[in-house]
Formats: sequence, C-alpha cells, structure tokens
Amino acid sequence: MRESGPARVAIVDYGMGNLFSIKHACAFAGLQAVITAAGEEIVAADAVILPGMGAFGDAMQILRDLDLVEVLRDVAQSGKPLLGVCLGMQLLMAESFEFGRHQGLGIIEGDVVSLQEGMDGARRLKVPQVGWNRVWRTGQAAGEGAASPAWRDTLLDSLSDGEFMYFVHSFYPRPADPGVTLSLTRYGPVEFTSSLARGNVFACQFHPERSGPQGLRIYRNLAARITAAAVGRAPGPTS
Amino acid sequence: MTVRIIPRLDIKGPNLVKGIHLEGLRVLGRPEWFARYYYEQGADELVYMDVVASLYQRNSLLDIIARTSREIFIPLTVGGGLRTIEDIRTVLRAGADKVSLNTAAIRRPELIREASRRFGSSTILVSIEAIRKPDGRYEAYTDNGRERTGVDAMEWAVRAAELGAGELMVTSIDREGTGKGFDLELTRTIAGSVSIPVIACGGAGTVDHVTRVVKEGKADAVCLASILHYRAVRLHDFAAEIRGEGNVEYLKARRGFSKIQDTTLPDVKKYLTEQGIACRMPTGEVCHA
Repeated sequence: MRESGPARVAIVDYGMGNLFSIKHACAFAGLQAVITAAGEEIVAADAVILPGMGAFGDAMQILRDLDLVEVLRDVAQSGKPLLGVCLGMQLLMAESFEFGRHQGLGIIEGDVVSLQEGMDGARRLKVPQVGWNRVWRTGQAAGEGAASPAWRDTLLDSLSDGEFMYFVHSFYPRPADPGVTLSLTRYGPVEFTSSLARGNVFACQFHPERSGPQGLRIYRNLAARITAAAVGRAPGPTS
Repeated sequence: MTVRIIPRLDIKGPNLVKGIHLEGLRVLGRPEWFARYYYEQGADELVYMDVVASLYQRNSLLDIIARTSREIFIPLTVGGGLRTIEDIRTVLRAGADKVSLNTAAIRRPELIREASRRFGSSTILVSIEAIRKPDGRYEAYTDNGRERTGVDAMEWAVRAAELGAGELMVTSIDREGTGKGFDLELTRTIAGSVSIPVIACGGAGTVDHVTRVVKEGKADAVCLASILHYRAVRLHDFAAEIRGEGNVEYLKARRGFSKIQDTTLPDVKKYLTEQGIACRMPTGEVCHA
C-alpha cells in the first residue's frame, strides 16, 4: 500500500446510475475516487463502491460481461471496505425476483423482492418509492433523535435514529440473517432492511450521496474506515 | 412517506429568471446562489429548467450543473431542450441526477422508453405543461407553453407512465407564476390515473395552496418557485452580480409581487407539518405528523 496521499476509492462503472454524485460525495469526504470498470484498478483501490440504478438482471449481465463478478467477490473477501448503494446493495444478495429470477453476487445471503407485492389495498403507496424516508435501528419503536449507540463504529456512526435518507427503488433486499441488518425503513405496510453491514461489507438501499449533510456523514465514516482497514492490513509488529 | 418540497429554478443563460405563465421573464439572480441557499434551508430536491434551451446553446447550463452538483448533495433534476439520448447523457455527466423531458417526448414518445431503459426509469421525469380548455379538457403544450400539441394531457400522462417515466412533473400554465393556487383538478386526475409519483408545479401563492395540492390534489411532491424566490431576493443584493442581458428592473427595485405571500422552506414545511402532512425538516431537526 502507498504510504501517503488520499485514500483511493474505485466506483464501479457498469454503465448504470449517476456515478458523478458519488464521486463528488467522495471528494467532499477527502477521498480520491476513480470511476472505472477495470478489474485491476478495482482490486488496487483502498475501497470499492458498487453503485447502480436500473434493472437487476441487466446489471448482473453487464458485470459478467466485464468480468467483474469474481473481482467483486474477491474485494468482499479482502477486508477492504465495500459499499453497495441502491441497486448496488441488491446486487450483493444471492438472488433477485425482479422480472424473473436472477443470480446475484451472493456476497450476502438473501434475496431481493418487490415493494409492490407487499402493498395491501388499504395502504397502497406509490411504487417506486421516491423521496425521503427514515432509517431506524430497530423499527419505529426505537428512541427518536438521539445518536444510536447501536450504530457506533459502523458507517451510520453519529447519525440519529430516525434520520431521513433519500430513496428511489421498487425492490428491496431481504437478508437471510437478520443480524446483518443495520437499519430498518417502513414504507406503507412494508418494513425492509434499508442498510446492512457484515464485516467490511456495507450496503444501503438509500442514496447517501443525495441525502444532504447526514448522508455525507456516511462518506466521512467510510473515509475513516478506509484508513483503519489499511492500518489493519499493513504488515508490522502489531498485525 | 414524506411530501417533497422542490424549489424550481428557471434558468436563462447564466441567470435565474421567473415569469408569469412561463413568459415575461424577470432576472432574479445567480442560480448557484439560490441552489446553495435552498439546500441549506432543507430543500428535498432541486429542479433546474433551462427555459430558452430550445433556442440557444446551453454551455452555460452545463457549467451551472457542474458547479451545483459539487456542493449540493440532494437530487438535481435538469430539463429544457433535451432532445436525444446523447443530450441526456451530457447533463447526467455534468452532475444531474434526473432529467425532465417534454417537447422531445411528445414529438417522439419512444424517447421515454429508450431513455428509461438506458438510464433507469427513476432518472427520467416527463414534464407535462397543460392549459385548461373551455370544454374542461387539458391540452399538453411544449416549448415552455409556447406551442400547442393537440395532445390530451390526461391521456399523455398515462402513456408516459406506460413508456417508463419514473415521475411526472405536472405544470398548469394557466396558474404558473400567478400565485392563484395550483390547478387541483389537473393534479388530482393525473395522480389518480398513474402509479408513479406526481410532482405538482405552478401556482403557489400561499402556504395553504401547498397544503391543498397535497391533500386535495394528491400530489406526491410540490415544486415552488416565485413564493420562495421573491423572499430570497429580498435577503441578498443580486443586482451587482448579474451578467448577460435580461429584465433586471424588478431586481433593482426589490419589490414583492402582491399576489404572492413569499415565504421560506422551513416555514412551508412547518405549516405542512401542522396540517398533518409529514415533511423532512431541515438539517438537524426531526419533525413528523
């Protein structure tokens, strides 16, 4: 690893989603981000962001065509921070039921299902969900306003329970292990995992780079995490 | 779910402008200043509409988008004169999160399908600018209300949603800039006939108009312009910063506009919350119905 200079983040460019807002959010947090589809550049980065918008099946096909499926699985194994955003979160899962049945990256056990199917007649809401919604540590009953101790040392560190984040999605991930769920969000009758963490892998259904100052805290926390991970991997007397 | 309050900034060359019925444009200031101010005030998104893009080149708009997206971390929608997939790609690469299509989509509806497939539905808004006809029907207009199309606005809304639009932005040209309130029937009818979100646009003169377009008009989001801009103008001396040509008499006089009770984003959201409409409150605060 390099001794100095800003930490380098690879934003995986598979042609979907606004990568530029993620790049600008990284710059705000002091991270040097490169938008790339090159496997060697992704592997060499200090952290990797998997963004995305659009259809799950199309996205997986593009990742396969670009030979990035194994690259991303390797990143997940490497201990380097891996952040999935929106469709990028869903792609981490084992499979999706968006327009058929599709294999995902399988980094997190679980599947991706439709918001529409969860809507019952009386409380039917617009799908996609577009706009600001709250992220809760353990559902609506959790204490509002105070910084949640359960999020300490996660990428949600210093955020308040019930914070607003910006969502755009028609599907949501259902991790098999509820223990990976970092936040829950309620949309009509559906309560879903709006962010998750397992080791070095973090993912959110919302767009932190479009969620104002609170969202930017997630990028700042990512920057701090990258530094910590790099120190942890460095060979030396403490490792 | 919260109702989104979205400042809409009409842009001509380097300047923020505002008209009435989308005409008679007054220069109000620099769009980047307003964008940053509204971001700090808790705007949920921003819309940039290049009101003369069909007529002039647009490099200054791309510069404005690029500067804005580096310092404003909420969704930015850009519209005005986008005709092709390449036009859309250009504004997205400059830093826009979504684009709004009107004229080009009415001329060639397949553009909606192609664009939503290429960039994702959620990136593609279709803007419907409508005028109410004597028989009570609504006709869609293009080129910022200058050209009639003969297309029924309600039918067009349903078609645009079927073609893959992620959201609809519905503007009443009759009400736009007047402060007389939103066209509730227009918004309610379209919101009831599509499953995608509908953004109401055009006519806010009081905070109560905003409440009514949410409660009675069934809007999922509301665009505000004059009602916010006229207050912002009184807070900052823009006249010295204005470049390019345009009608700056309003700005020099810094007078209000009597039909519009200008206000601020926090006050709009506070009022909506009191009326039982959930909003995201400005930075650091949480508030719910």
